[in-house]
Amino acid sequence: MIDEKAAHNLTDAILKRCKGEPAEVTILTNDSALTRFANNIIHQNVAEKDVEITLRYFIGKQVGTASTNHLDEAGLDALVERAKANAKASPEDPNYPGLPEPQAYQHVAAWDLHTADYSAENRARAVGIVCQMAAEKGLNASGAFSNGSGELVVANTQGVFAYHTQTSADFQTVVMSDDSSGRAQESAWRIDDLAVEALGKDAIETAQKGHNPVKIDPGEYSVVFEHYATEDLLSSLNFYGMGAQALQEGRSWMNDRIGNQVMSPMISIWDDGLDVHGSPLPFDFEGVPKQRVDIVKDGVIMGPVYDRYTGAKMGKPSTGHATPIGYRAFGPVAMNLFMAPGTSSVEEMIASTQKGLYINRFWYTRLVHPRDCVITGMTRDGVFMIENGEVTYPVKNLRYTMPYVTALANVDAVGKATHLIIGEFGGFSTSIPALKIHGFNFTGSTV
Amino acid sequence: MKELIMRALDHAQRQGAQYADVRLINNHTESISVKDGIIEGLNSSESEGIGVRVLVNGAWGFASSRNLTNDEVDIITNQAIEIAHASSLVSGDKVDLGPAVTSQGSYQTPVKIDPFSVSLEDKLTLLMSADAEMAKVQGIRTRRSHATIIKEDKLFSNTEGAFTEQTIYETGGGIQATAVGGSEVQVRSYPNAFARQQVTAGWEAMLSWDLPGNGQRIASEAVALLTADPCPSNITTSLILGGSQLALQVHESCGHPTELDRVYGSEAAYAGTSFLTTEKLDTFQYGSPVVNLTADSVRPYGLGTFGWDDEGIPAQSSPLVKDGLFVGYLMSRETASKLGRYSNGCMRASGWNRIPIIRMVNISLEPGTWKLDDLIADTEDGIYMDSNRSWSIDDRRYNFQFGTEIGYEIKHGKKGRLLRNCTYTGITPEFWNSCDAICNADHWVMWGTPNCGKGQPSQVAHTGHGAAPARFRNVKIGVLK
Repeated sequence: MIDEKAAHNLTDAILKRCKGEPAEVTILTNDSALTRFANNIIHQNVAEKDVEITLRYFIGKQVGTASTNHLDEAGLDALVERAKANAKASPEDPNYPGLPEPQAYQHVAAWDLHTADYSAENRARAVGIVCQMAAEKGLNASGAFSNGSGELVVANTQGVFAYHTQTSADFQTVVMSDDSSGRAQESAWRIDDLAVEALGKDAIETAQKGHNPVKIDPGEYSVVFEHYATEDLLSSLNFYGMGAQALQEGRSWMNDRIGNQVMSPMISIWDDGLDVHGSPLPFDFEGVPKQRVDIVKDGVIMGPVYDRYTGAKMGKPSTGHATPIGYRAFGPVAMNLFMAPGTSSVEEMIASTQKGLYINRFWYTRLVHPRDCVITGMTRDGVFMIENGEVTYPVKNLRYTMPYVTALANVDAVGKATHLIIGEFGGFSTSIPALKIHGFNFTGSTV
Repeated sequence: MKELIMRALDHAQRQGAQYADVRLINNHTESISVKDGIIEGLNSSESEGIGVRVLVNGAWGFASSRNLTNDEVDIITNQAIEIAHASSLVSGDKVDLGPAVTSQGSYQTPVKIDPFSVSLEDKLTLLMSADAEMAKVQGIRTRRSHATIIKEDKLFSNTEGAFTEQTIYETGGGIQATAVGGSEVQVRSYPNAFARQQVTAGWEAMLSWDLPGNGQRIASEAVALLTADPCPSNITTSLILGGSQLALQVHESCGHPTELDRVYGSEAAYAGTSFLTTEKLDTFQYGSPVVNLTADSVRPYGLGTFGWDDEGIPAQSSPLVKDGLFVGYLMSRETASKLGRYSNGCMRASGWNRIPIIRMVNISLEPGTWKLDDLIADTEDGIYMDSNRSWSIDDRRYNFQFGTEIGYEIKHGKKGRLLRNCTYTGITPEFWNSCDAICNADHWVMWGTPNCGKGQPSQVAHTGHGAAPARFRNVKIGVLK
């Protein structure tokens, strides 16, 4: 951590070095730790401290960027020189929209001292409880328990200065027997919100129920998804089409669908960086305040999120969804997604299913075709047959190939509880419920 | 810098570490991307820091910092010791690293043209001319071209007396054309999928790929794919994979399952485990007799080529599959010792702030005897596919499904109609046992995969994969919806 005053001094020192040329500085600090366990022991246990400074330097509409983690005078001098050289070498970008003017930011709570200071010993003791519970059942626990704190600072020569601190914590475990497994995960910005022991019990229970899985024929099934599987639906739809750049390039599932009722009326999806039930972030990496953006409302496709560049191309204001410079080629991305809860419990979804599959989560999901967001992937860590409203027997993992747009059109029920998962890449968060879907297409099974 | 490393090692030993190693790394990366004739990004980044790994009471701890001062080195060494003590609260058998490692020396990637000596203007001229060539083809919606160059200086030392210095250069880049028509989206890339071939070499590699000379070709192919026939659905036929697609097939279905940490469960919660359990070593018929797979860190251009791994083990070559028989793993000192073998140097950290874990080096399918034209002529019915578009495989590395950018029908020994949205699926050992022909060394290319994810916190490794086109029989083709 460098604190707000030091951040101010640091950004001033860099912007002054730009000698009147327009420029933008982004600072990301990271102080994090992670305890990893497998075979009921801790086998990897790590910590890191870093500060990444990124400078965008402008000469008219020529843009160059550079980044460093050297904070000394020589390091800052070199940073500016490299960004300037890159700008000089670049042809003008006629679409460059200029830097944002000073903005008003809403403070949003996202930092917790206890989470920032949580020790390796504390993590180890929590992990030890889960490992012991698994060992007592003859099972094998693996997973990771992480905590960290960081700062995001954005400043520019137009007078923008934005400062935000955040903490994060995540516990995830896979518990395995010789022929079964279960998994549970939870994320929060307050570590005390994590129910580590309960998560361990969930994973153990799923692993215990999964012995002697049966290989079944692929085909279309009704499915009851735990929220972990829903997370994959939402994240995939995000990365493959919720941003304006994908829409502009004609490769988004939103293309030709905005304003149309495409998904079930039970489905509403929005992005809100100010909601403390997510992983809050009040501004983006250009210093633009985060707007709440409706992506899907009652099944109707509403539109994408924008950064300044993609917004300017379409005559729209930025919604505050610029990504870090290193990821800017991907275009704007939703970072704080929510799916509206429904009225059903998972138990009620199972009870209402004549024949179908209960699925805990997906694994290794990849885009097969963009316009319907066709995804292939595997089930993992808990698949069970549902017959006549009851879970009857465990099933071997299946491969599916399914348009996710169709999956959300085929929703029969939405879970009444939502859960927060913070992704490993860049703090993307999703708050998601369980889902019941009909007509989900399984295309193969594994050994 | 050497003083800081020695300070950390001394401090770690004084604090009770039985073993410690330190990596001090400076990474300089320059990336340029051009989209539709406009610079999308021109970035130069530098990251430097130090990581200290310690073994205390048989348990591991690691801490790292960007701040290269004596005080900070003491702080992170103390932190690593404290973390190791915490690890020992939930520990098992004491770690055995096997024989001591005392490597000494220096290594630098051979480069003909230092990529950092080439002017930005020259680099941009190359990318812009490739972009202009793609732009000559009507119907392209989005054009991208890019270049990435990396120079990484790494110092390594351990408490057993090893001290090595390495400078690794990487050069990568490529072009991509996307065509959109109705609800169809088709992409073509060159030289490798996702427009990113990457090798350990200088700028001469980038020049050798002749991006401008291939711009019109791939753009025309993308447009042609919009109206090509779809890949036949749910059929079983012969499949010939081009080299770049086969490289990823090797990566996913050979490289990952031979990682011994996966076999021992270290990655069970994240990347997964492996079907290649230890009782299969030297007994399991992984592939047909024409299949030979090698792990090496010595071949030119490979992204897994270096002087020493991140435990100080010298670069080397070892067989993984010999005449179809599974004979070797990718190993660390700790996992090799558990197996009763010696490490073959596969521990790699993605940066100063990460611990080394078992990663692929260059995992290659050795060339066979066929010419590609002869192989096609020898195929009565089948499909040729190349350049990856999607990839997915289960957590034990059995069930996979891949999609490719382009495909061609093969009928009566001739390459025929163009096919779009090609996919194939299979089970790893069944697939490799169905391999009956591999093209010869003239077709063999060292491909680069610079985006291999593994570990928590996440680490992205750069791996090499040599491959020539090969034929597989009775493969299930065509799974889209």
